Amino acid sequence: MLVGPSDQNPICIASVIVSHLQVFFFGFGWLFFMRQLFKDYEVRQYVVQVIFSVTFAFSCTMFELIIFEILGVLSSSSRYFHWKLNLCVILLILVFMVPFYIGYFIVSTIRLLHRQRLLFSCGLWLTFMYFFWKLGDPFPILSPKHGILSIEQLISRVGVIGVTLMALLSGFGAVNCPYTYMSYFLRNVTDTDILVLERRLLQTMDMIISKKKRIAMARRNLFQKGDVNNKPSGFWGMIKSVTTSAPGSENLTLIQQEVDALEELSRQLFLETVDLYATKERIEYSKTFKGKYFNFLGYFFSIYCVWKIFMATINIVFDRVGKTDPVTRGIEITVNYLGIQFDVKFWSQHISFILVGIIIVTSIRGLLITLTKFFYAISSSKSSNVIVLLLAQIMGMYFVSSVLLIRMSMPLEYRTIITEVLGELQFNFYHRWFDVIFLVSALSSILFLYLAHKQAPEKHMTP
Amino acid sequence: MASLDRVKVLVLGDSGVGKSSLVHLLCQNQVLGNPSWTVGCSVDVRVHDYKEGTPEEKTFYIELWDVGGSVGGASSVKSTRAVFFNSVNGIILVHDLTNKKSSQNLYRWSLEAVNRDLVPSGVLVTNGDYDREQFADNQIPLLVIGTKLDQIHEAKRNEVLTRIAFLAEDFNAEEINLDCTNPRYLAAGSSNAVKLSRFFDKVIEKRYFIRDGNQIPGFPERKRFGGGTLKNLHYD
Repeated sequence: MLVGPSDQNPICIASVIVSHLQVFFFGFGWLFFMRQLFKDYEVRQYVVQVIFSVTFAFSCTMFELIIFEILGVLSSSSRYFHWKLNLCVILLILVFMVPFYIGYFIVSTIRLLHRQRLLFSCGLWLTFMYFFWKLGDPFPILSPKHGILSIEQLISRVGVIGVTLMALLSGFGAVNCPYTYMSYFLRNVTDTDILVLERRLLQTMDMIISKKKRIAMARRNLFQKGDVNNKPSGFWGMIKSVTTSAPGSENLTLIQQEVDALEELSRQLFLETVDLYATKERIEYSKTFKGKYFNFLGYFFSIYCVWKIFMATINIVFDRVGKTDPVTRGIEITVNYLGIQFDVKFWSQHISFILVGIIIVTSIRGLLITLTKFFYAISSSKSSNVIVLLLAQIMGMYFVSSVLLIRMSMPLEYRTIITEVLGELQFNFYHRWFDVIFLVSALSSILFLYLAHKQAPEKHMTP
Repeated sequence: MASLDRVKVLVLGDSGVGKSSLVHLLCQNQVLGNPSWTVGCSVDVRVHDYKEGTPEEKTFYIELWDVGGSVGGASSVKSTRAVFFNSVNGIILVHDLTNKKSSQNLYRWSLEAVNRDLVPSGVLVTNGDYDREQFADNQIPLLVIGTKLDQIHEAKRNEVLTRIAFLAEDFNAEEINLDCTNPRYLAAGSSNAVKLSRFFDKVIEKRYFIRDGNQIPGFPERKRFGGGTLKNLHYD
């Protein structure tokens, strides 16, 4: 660590510290990518891994700067400088680099366009920019005094996308969490249910096999007779096939259709069996100590979820925006109503640090877990690069919007820097938008889960 | 119609290595036009002449069970997959020559198929410490097939092929390297076709012609749920 003649300049020291931490975050992102996301694939394009880790590093730096703000680490001018710098870099990545590479990798998988890859990826990027710009029109997010090429233009649009994502995930998570934790919703699955399904599955497989045997044998007989192509060719061929029936030749197309239908059935049976096994495991898990603990948490979370939905509705209906943050309000309540006196300034700093820290850590962790699940579910060896870059884009936008929204949870004196750096965005709009999307997402998740829950047990109930 | 005897061979490997294309090529002698995700298990049948060209020639059906999925999947998927591993007579392990991880995962695949009684919980076996003892008394014939040979650069070919040779030795198996989109690799008379034929002959021999006392080698029926065994219902 260099501490020499440069220690007179606070910005230099701050840069050293911040860049060390950034390297640490970069390393964390790199490891996460290698160990978790890509553990079954081989990384052939290191660009992807670098981009992912860089996005992660710069996003985490933003959170780290918030923490520094609360704790008062480093001088405020250096903090402001780093905020601006970090923001510019992140916007550069999210709006220019990642979309361009996504386009490039999509184009690479299409063999036809292989020659002019760069050209087509530039074209894709321009299309993305067009839609990205158009996104700002229907929303009242900017005041007219902003110029065309300012940071606020980009941030506001990124913010809209990110807030939508956050609200969707949040709404679904708020409903899904109690649903998965509580054992009240677990369907009763017995061993016989599973055995019955498995037997059906194997029977279906055997039926498929016997039909395929007929097809294979018929094809072999035709081949041995010299007719490689068993389709009738020409006028005489058609007449021949109608009037004579060669021994062993049957209507292969009909059998093939039956096979296709049976294969579809076998796939469905397989998925249902997997579902039953998963439910059985969950039932067993719920009988353990940890399971009971999570069951209890589930009840708690369901109350919290209902409360959040209620609050979102109230906010929208009464068009109110909270002015004070929970920390200051909590302190006010304790001081005024409970009569406990303590050093407001000191405690508000520590409590907001803890609160904001918890919010940051849980949102990072939650996002990474969700991203991993998505990645496992939808990626294949061909599309893994594109999907990882899409996830990096989502992650970046998500983190930028969390900074936007976290502003509301911090006491007034810490909010100023975010307001200064991000410019004069209509913050109230974002909170309102979050509430609306959260409500929509939560209600549709409830509907969706209700339908899924209703429909499933009817399929394989043991009479 | 199925008056011929049958033999069951599993085709295992990571998703995306080309098992479906391979099975299609083996059974229908055609290249698969639009490969898509395999959900669950897909079966195909190959008619094989045992001891072709000799007086003891006999025709058998070889069922190729292409089991999809990833080796590190959820345990519910693994338990469901295990139902396909009953009474297996041979195993074909497929890996992607351009993807090292897929060949490393073959160890876990073979363990999952062989030790069906144990629920596999991510037993990670690396190249160096591979325990051959687990395969010492394994009676099921294995074959290792590497796909996407055409995508390997000429320069790296030797290095890749040496690594694969070690892999096949670990399994005590033959190896074939090919490209599933090109039928000429399995053209009649080529060394690959001979190896394939030999493998199928070995599988059939073990199933029908070598009897150990009165027990036909294969898997004993799995005991599940602490009670009854699952009967295999065959429609012949």
